[in-house]
Amino acid sequence: MSGGGAVTYTVWAVLIALPLLAAWLTLDPGLGGARRRIWWAVLAAAGAAALIAAPRVATFSQQELLVFLAINALVVASYRLLALTGEFSLGHVVMMGVGAYATALFSKRLGVPVPVSMLLAAGVTGLVAFILAFPLFRMKGFYFLIGSFAAGEAIRLTWKRFQDPFGGPKGVSRIPGFPDMEVGPFELLFWEPVTYYYLALAVAAASIWVLWRIERSHIGLVFHAVHWQDQLAGAVGVNTWRARATALVVASAFAGLAGALLAHYLTTVNPNRFDVDEMVYVLIWVIVGGTATIWGPIVGLIALTAINEVVLRDAGVDELRPMFYGAVLILAMLFLPEGLETLPRRVAGWLGRGRPAG
Amino acid sequence: MDLAVFIQTCLNAVYASSYLALVAVGLVLIFGVMRVVNFAHGELYMAGAYALFWVFHQTGLPFFLGVAVAIAAVGALGLVMERALFRPMRNNPLGGLICSIGALLILQAGAVALFGVRKKSFAGPYNEAVSLFGVESLTISGQRLAVIAFAVALLGALWVFLKKSRFGWALRAVAQDPDAAALQGISIGRISMLAMALGAGLAGAAGALTATIVPTGPYMGHSVIIGAFIVIIVGGVGSLEGAVVASILYAFVSTFVTTIWDGVVADIAGLLLMLAVLVARPQGLFGRPERA
Repeated sequence: MSGGGAVTYTVWAVLIALPLLAAWLTLDPGLGGARRRIWWAVLAAAGAAALIAAPRVATFSQQELLVFLAINALVVASYRLLALTGEFSLGHVVMMGVGAYATALFSKRLGVPVPVSMLLAAGVTGLVAFILAFPLFRMKGFYFLIGSFAAGEAIRLTWKRFQDPFGGPKGVSRIPGFPDMEVGPFELLFWEPVTYYYLALAVAAASIWVLWRIERSHIGLVFHAVHWQDQLAGAVGVNTWRARATALVVASAFAGLAGALLAHYLTTVNPNRFDVDEMVYVLIWVIVGGTATIWGPIVGLIALTAINEVVLRDAGVDELRPMFYGAVLILAMLFLPEGLETLPRRVAGWLGRGRPAG
Repeated sequence: MDLAVFIQTCLNAVYASSYLALVAVGLVLIFGVMRVVNFAHGELYMAGAYALFWVFHQTGLPFFLGVAVAIAAVGALGLVMERALFRPMRNNPLGGLICSIGALLILQAGAVALFGVRKKSFAGPYNEAVSLFGVESLTISGQRLAVIAFAVALLGALWVFLKKSRFGWALRAVAQDPDAAALQGISIGRISMLAMALGAGLAGAAGALTATIVPTGPYMGHSVIIGAFIVIIVGGVGSLEGAVVASILYAFVSTFVTTIWDGVVADIAGLLLMLAVLVARPQGLFGRPERA
């Protein structure tokens, strides 16, 4: 949010504090069951209030930023689902692009109604991920990283190369917007950033809830097992390929949904928006935030975006901003490898309350 | 495609494979010793190009001095990266890779801060075209010939160093089995610094040699690193010979596809080639399967 001002700083501070506190609660601050539930309820209410109120005190450009934050929250949260199985992909942003291109083509070329087209796009992205799972999950670690990059970049260059139907380097423009609606006395005009923010927020919140339920379910435990003990997991009858493929398909489908949200907001998509530079930023948000809880990547996203938009934009050093991101990434790897999400617990440990970190 | 175009395309491919091999061999050297995939390697190449721009074009010193300065300066940059980033991450295989992504961003922004975003084009000392075999339509610029000659000389010198010198023996020992090498009294830290300096120096040499042929810009490392990754995967991630052979193979495929169709198709073909090798033969054409 460009420009300082007490209101802006307060909004950012609240937006960073909420997921940090949620991460703390998830990581067990040593609270008993009943008190913990009360804290969750308080946090959920405060979070809902803050997220609904945020655009009301924001300027137009800040409202646009909130839309991107909601969409990117879904991107980083879905990225983490794949990271749960221990694999880091460099193709996730391209998967987001698959969703964006799919919904653009469905709604513009075939006239599919936009909400249906967005869901179809998520499905198509999941399908593409399923096909990619066959070659990619013959690899692990560094090889998977490089393989996912190669597959993603090949897809992205295909959009760039083929004018029909992908529009070449210029991409697809004049994508239909989300249709206006009347809900009781309210007229929802989705070309307005505030309204679209609420839509993106609702979709992202529902999706993140689903991702959280998946993590807490049996399949989530399987993901952890595949991450830490894949040979043992295989020996006791877990189909490790299927677990990894499930994580990739689900994570990609939600990334595709995020891409569809982006496409109908911008009403234009092009190959450069999904290039490896964007992927590097997603990776930095996730790693700086931490992957132990679903809140970690969201903390990373909001904290780094806040510094980027408030501090660096005011300082007017546009082309030096990558340097800041690079330095933050390195410092986080060296000094805070568990991510920002562990900060409250550490601070509590230093203050002598709660349990010591570790 | 008539014969003249065919031979011209072959010459271009030989040129492309020469500087690609310099970059890829350095990448393999670093990976072999430290098990770190250096994503910032393209930016080391870029730093070499800027070193030549500064020494040769701006200061007006001789070309060869510029190349030497580039090798030394980028080698020193590699040493700094080893000490500051890769050594603390020695027990974290993806950690070094992620730190190198941070280094990539810092080096790119540093180049923008020092030299601006605009690309620099400047002429080298050997601009006149040389015709080959006395055929007039068949020419190659002297600058490109110099790149090829330099690359062959540097890779030859590296080969002799690795096979004949004590440091070379130690380096290969660490690449084969770090624990056994350490038990023989070889300092892994010093060999890592040596590998990093050599690998970075080779990338710097490649950047300096090509700086007068391709425009020098802060983001020039991007296309080179993708090519180099394709090469090291196809050649086998730990294999120096594989990197050289795969450089030649990839440069020929890429140059011919570019000539027949276009550059984007060539990039897609290269990426699909890499995917195919990853699926069918993950150890690469020349690598051995990794120990468990």
